[in-house]
Amino acid sequence: MSVVPVSYYLALSAVLFGLGVIAFVFKRNIITIFMSIELMLNAVNLAFVAFARAHNQLDGLVFVFFVIVVAAAEAAVGLAIVIMIAQNRQSLSVERMNLLKF
Amino acid sequence: MPILDHLWILLALPLLGSAINGLFGKNFSKTVVNSVAIGSVALAFLAAVEAVREFVQLPADQIPHVGTYFTWMVAGPFHVDFALQIDQLTVVMLMVVTFVGMLIHIYSTGYMAHEGGYYRFFSYLNLFMFFMLTLVLGANLIVMFVGWEGVGLCSYLLIGFWFLKKSAADAGKKAFITTRIGDFGFTVGLLLIFATFRSLDFQTIFKSLAANPVSEGVLTTICILLFTGAIGKSAQLPLYVWLPDAMEGPTPVSALIHAATMVTAGVYMVARMNPLFSRAPIAMLVVAIVGAITAFYSATIGIAQTDIKKVLAYSTVSQLGYMFLACGVGAYSAGIFHLMTHAFFKGLLFLAAGSVIHAMDGEQDMRKMGGLRKKIPITFWTMLIATLAIAGIPGFAGYFSKDAILEAAATGPHANFILWLLGVTGALITSFYMFRLIFLTFFGEPRFDEHKAHVHESPRSMTVPLMVLAFLSIFGGWFALPKMIGGANYFERFLAPVFGAAEAPPEPTSPSDALLHALLSWPVFVGLLGLLIACYLYLKRPDLPKKLAQSMRPLYTLIFNKYYVDEIYGFLIVRPLLWISTNVLWHVVDEGVIDGVVNGSAHLARLSGRQVRRLQSGNTRSYASWVLIGVVGFTVLLLALFVTGVH
Repeated sequence: MSVVPVSYYLALSAVLFGLGVIAFVFKRNIITIFMSIELMLNAVNLAFVAFARAHNQLDGLVFVFFVIVVAAAEAAVGLAIVIMIAQNRQSLSVERMNLLKF
Repeated sequence: MPILDHLWILLALPLLGSAINGLFGKNFSKTVVNSVAIGSVALAFLAAVEAVREFVQLPADQIPHVGTYFTWMVAGPFHVDFALQIDQLTVVMLMVVTFVGMLIHIYSTGYMAHEGGYYRFFSYLNLFMFFMLTLVLGANLIVMFVGWEGVGLCSYLLIGFWFLKKSAADAGKKAFITTRIGDFGFTVGLLLIFATFRSLDFQTIFKSLAANPVSEGVLTTICILLFTGAIGKSAQLPLYVWLPDAMEGPTPVSALIHAATMVTAGVYMVARMNPLFSRAPIAMLVVAIVGAITAFYSATIGIAQTDIKKVLAYSTVSQLGYMFLACGVGAYSAGIFHLMTHAFFKGLLFLAAGSVIHAMDGEQDMRKMGGLRKKIPITFWTMLIATLAIAGIPGFAGYFSKDAILEAAATGPHANFILWLLGVTGALITSFYMFRLIFLTFFGEPRFDEHKAHVHESPRSMTVPLMVLAFLSIFGGWFALPKMIGGANYFERFLAPVFGAAEAPPEPTSPSDALLHALLSWPVFVGLLGLLIACYLYLKRPDLPKKLAQSMRPLYTLIFNKYYVDEIYGFLIVRPLLWISTNVLWHVVDEGVIDGVVNGSAHLARLSGRQVRRLQSGNTRSYASWVLIGVVGFTVLLLALFVTGVH
């Protein structure tokens, strides 16, 4: 059975992360931006798992669990904020959330 | 020997008194303030007497007795202890300072009885005693310098005691600033001493001086720098101008600080450093010349003054000149002797003048006095005794000391005819203006409204110190009496261990010759002559002084205006200084540079803030882009470092 080299996983991880970054910068909808953050987190998780597998160590896997836990918490808080914004502003566009400036 | 090992007690007592009165005195009754102030000084006096009693029993090899209490500062080779010492010179100063100080404290309770700030006055006065004792007891130049500056501070505080009066506040500042000019030289002198001897301790300096020869040029520089300090502190030419103005202070202050003790600190310092001065003949000559010229010069100003205290102030400057003349011609013990007798008779003159002013309800102008002899007899008699003493009439204290100085100037190892002549002429003028003061104040017809002024003799607290000082003004000089009858001079012999190396032993003469010589000497003659002239001008022909002043108008105006020295200093120094301060330091340096830097930095911050805040756009995606740029930048940087690190 052939083994997929670790570089493939890393390349996939980099591509997913890059997609996340691009979506984060260019999308206007808050929900989409939120999803792109999740995408970046999971890209990083993929890299962790790949390294853990390649080095035969558990540390990377432990890290992944932490990231998932934190991401879940973040999603809970973040979505609550998004709901409040949607209620107050009747909109989900980040363009309209520009009050925090000089 | 208990108290010799605890000399600090002498300092602690007045300091404690000052602290108690200064901190809590506001709520004390006058009786409590009096007992704290007088009590602390009286205890200090008793402690000093006990210290002297123990001191005279010390064997000669334990003199000077030094007490080191703690190490004050150490920096490399620079080592200063808080150390006090007592030797024969200190003993004389100690007795004069504590005893005269105590009398003046007692006198002040009467004189200041109706003044506000009563506790403040006594707090300052006690503080002054503390610093003066530090000055005379210090075993190294730094401790002495602390006292030196401290008495200057107290002088400032007490001259400006009535600080709501502008002239008093100004006089205080003038005294402080003028002496500071001298202190600058003094401080440089201290540095040079340390650079030369690697120590500031008196005994170490003198021992090292005796062991290793130091070049005369260095010694001359040191001595002249030290003498600069003395010029400021002891009001000699050209820095004497502060002392006459210092008369703005209460009269007991003039008596204590500006006659008996503080102004003599310069003389004490020169005498203390006599091993250095004796090896620097040029510096000695400078001291003698400055002293003699001051003695003569300020005596001439005294002739035309009309304010009773101003006459005494110029007289003090003149008498201090005699002390420096004595030191300059190498007769240190004569100088210190004159310091002591001067403390008695000049302290008395000031206190008596204060009593006159008190009696006249604050009037100081002699032209508005006259005929007070019968009304305030105790003041009159005591002041007359002091005047006889300062004029050098045989038998009174001043005669012995002034005669010793002029004798040294005429026949001593550093004799100089011109200096002697200045001294003798000064003595003539001194006698004249002092008797002029007496005749104007106490004789003739009253020149004030007798119905308005309630002339009254002063209370007991003021007259008793007068009488004690009058006693000393007569008998204080008799320490030197045995010389007249052929024996050795007690005073000189007592001080010999301090000045021994510097002074030549007196030549033995037969008793009758010495007595005859002393009684027929020039100082006696000019003293009597001054008395006669004053008597003729102010008693026999009271109209004559005005006519004389008329006929010599330019000279009279010149002297009356004190040679315009204040005006000249004002024009040459104060005005340019003010101009530079206003137009350069204020408008250019302060407003331009200092304010410019402060305002400029604020302006810069505002300007940059205005530009940088554009980054805070409120646009989430632009923030995200910045984060991205930052991350990419850091990653590239780390990679670059990693790559270069590997290779």
